Amino acid sequence: MNKVVYGLILGGILGIFDGLTSWFTPEVRPQLLMIVVGSTIKGIIAGVLIGFFARKVHSLTLGILFGLSVGLLLAFFIAHMQGKYYFEVMLPGGLVGLIVGYATQKYGNSGLSAASRS
Amino acid sequence: MSWLSDETVSRLQAAGALPDFEGTRYRVMDRVGSGGMGVVYLAEDSILGRRVALKALDFPDASGELAARLLREAHILARLEHPGIVPVHDAGTLADGRVFYAMKFVEGRRLDRLDAQKDSLFDRLRIFQRICDTVAFAHARGILHRDLKPSNVMVGSFGEVLVMDWGVAKILPSSLERPSERAPVGNVSPPNDSPTAAPSETAHGEVLGTVGYMSPEQARGEIASLDTRSDIFSLGAVLQYLLTNLPGSPPRPLSAIARKAMQSDRDSRYASAICLGQDIGSYLDGLPVSAYPENIFRKMARWASRYRVAIVLVLTYLVARALLLLWFRR
Repeated sequence: MNKVVYGLILGGILGIFDGLTSWFTPEVRPQLLMIVVGSTIKGIIAGVLIGFFARKVHSLTLGILFGLSVGLLLAFFIAHMQGKYYFEVMLPGGLVGLIVGYATQKYGNSGLSAASRS
Repeated sequence: MSWLSDETVSRLQAAGALPDFEGTRYRVMDRVGSGGMGVVYLAEDSILGRRVALKALDFPDASGELAARLLREAHILARLEHPGIVPVHDAGTLADGRVFYAMKFVEGRRLDRLDAQKDSLFDRLRIFQRICDTVAFAHARGILHRDLKPSNVMVGSFGEVLVMDWGVAKILPSSLERPSERAPVGNVSPPNDSPTAAPSETAHGEVLGTVGYMSPEQARGEIASLDTRSDIFSLGAVLQYLLTNLPGSPPRPLSAIARKAMQSDRDSRYASAICLGQDIGSYLDGLPVSAYPENIFRKMARWASRYRVAIVLVLTYLVARALLLLWFRR
């Protein structure tokens, strides 16, 4: 599995879990479905971006930092649209980015080797 | 009158047993091994300036039977051009009447000298897959090896895996060579492969192979009815060998694969070396293997093992997320 697809799938799965955890915040529970969809899309976008980065840059440290930054940035946009819950949205978002950044550096094929073989 | 010492006599005997490569392009450098049929020497090809391995009979063969068998081996090897089979460069007859052939000199170690500490299960299975590929290729060319065992497999310095010693190989009747493929090599006539007339062919009832690795039908001497499934049995025994000396007990699916390959009823074995290799590949990829039926728990365990990294990452996220939730609520 190449790094972009790996990032996409992992980002999507973590995005679903990220959205589902909002159930523990009673004030936003009525919008749970919207939150799950939104955070899944956010996770997928973050995963794809981080996957592309991992394909170009082979560095665990830079991968984790990039993942963290992308996760925080996307979460910031979401939180900014609501105008509140910055910590509650950005910390888990950053965590998703960090994990996907680590995973795409450690696992998945870069895709470049396959191209050079053909 | 003085008598020669035992040591001197044995040295003279050894020197006398050395084949005389005078007049050929080869200069013998060292003796590197011996088998049931001949001796293998390391030699230098004086024309091409490269090292080769020479296999020659260890004594002139008056009956011609061993010579024919050695030549037959050379012809079989020449017919099997594959990365897993050592290529033959030349064949001929020496001045003293001994037959020889020259092949690529392979540096490496034999599979029976695996390092229990260094060679992981993954490495062993990759080697085994390569052996299966090679044997499948030979079978596709209508040739049975009949003596597959760890000491007949060489693992080269660069990871190449070579199946050696095709001296007792059998050409299946359905694939006997066409006359055009049987051109003479050098000053040597090709051996007759016909099951009825060849002195080099094994007679029915004769047992060739290695105990512990040969199939029951081969051990019974049922030469005429041997088919590719006999080699499948030997491959199973090689796999069984590779699963020994591992820390802990071997994984059950792999033991099941070896058991299936080594069934005494040959109809119950794998249909081909390709199928056997594919089952090993499935195991390596975390997929189900045909020899090992799974219940729901085994399926779940395999699935968890296959996706363990993703599972660990998701669990890490969930634990961290739970800690964050607790922190926000504080």
